[in-house]
Amino acid sequence: MRQQTKKRKPGLVRDTLVLIIVVLLTGVLLMIFPEKTEPVINTAGNYFLEMILILPAVMIIMGIFSVFISNEMVVKYLGKSSGVKGVIVSVFLGMLPTGPLYVAFPIASSLMKKGAKISNIILFLSSWACIKLPQELAELQFLGFEFMITRLTLTIIFVLIMGFAIEMLIQRTQRNPTESTTVTSM
Amino acid sequence: MNSTVLIINVIALIGIILAFVKDKPKAIHSLKTAGKAFVGILPMTLIIIVIIGLLLGFITSEQISQFIGTQSGPAGVFLIGIAGAILHIPALLAFPLGASLLENGASITAVAAFLTTVTMIGVITLPLEIKELGKKMALLRNGFSFMIALAIAFLMGMVL
Repeated sequence: MRQQTKKRKPGLVRDTLVLIIVVLLTGVLLMIFPEKTEPVINTAGNYFLEMILILPAVMIIMGIFSVFISNEMVVKYLGKSSGVKGVIVSVFLGMLPTGPLYVAFPIASSLMKKGAKISNIILFLSSWACIKLPQELAELQFLGFEFMITRLTLTIIFVLIMGFAIEMLIQRTQRNPTESTTVTSM
Repeated sequence: MNSTVLIINVIALIGIILAFVKDKPKAIHSLKTAGKAFVGILPMTLIIIVIIGLLLGFITSEQISQFIGTQSGPAGVFLIGIAGAILHIPALLAFPLGASLLENGASITAVAAFLTTVTMIGVITLPLEIKELGKKMALLRNGFSFMIALAIAFLMGMVL
């Protein structure tokens, strides 16, 4: 346990240093372009508000999920032999109205650690990104039924293909770790 | 956005209550896990927020519209896809923007390319994605998403 926190700390320190540098650079940039101060602070402020209202809840859900949901259950519904059921569960989980894509990354990561299949993770992330219910409603409202349904249908088809393609690529490189070394030695 | 905030916090709250009713030590353990994960992800998230602020503060939506409106042909669609991949606009703002672009004469292919890359690809959030999912998975997902976004865009241009 202690080792794990030690391991994690350098990343946190590095990120914090980068954050300080980014904030300082932003300060310099805004001194050069003072007229941009208001839009930059406003936009960042809005995103900060969104994050601070959503992220803690997402982390709590993830925490409960990682402690209470067994690996067996994830494997059963999203693992190697989950088949069509896994596809449906992934898409359904992704469609729930739950905020921006970046909050899905930690959730996807914990699903993956618990034994979910790669194609299902890709499906989950892609549904989260662009098959969300509120998003489809907004698209319907602003761009019309024809545009929305065509884009939705094409997206589902291509996302399914992408999920299996990425899974194949990752599994192939994992299965033949010696292949790359023989290539370089040639 | 407000309904999203409400829904996700209600789910979290119900989750906590159920967790405590079911198994108190486990519930406390999950809250600790959540706290640690939150602290771990916080600096990276703040970096992303500052960069989004800079990007959208310096680039106005009029400039985005003008850029997309003036691009044409496959090369133009490619550039629009790149712009969508870099820009970080909430989906609910991207759709009205797309609608106004169509009204102003942009092609369906251009608008579809923009909307699909905006929602699916996050160049700015890529460091966070790599941190959580690993380099290979993150790069493959974003790369493939870019290709399928262009494919979807061109097909939509042909169908509609």
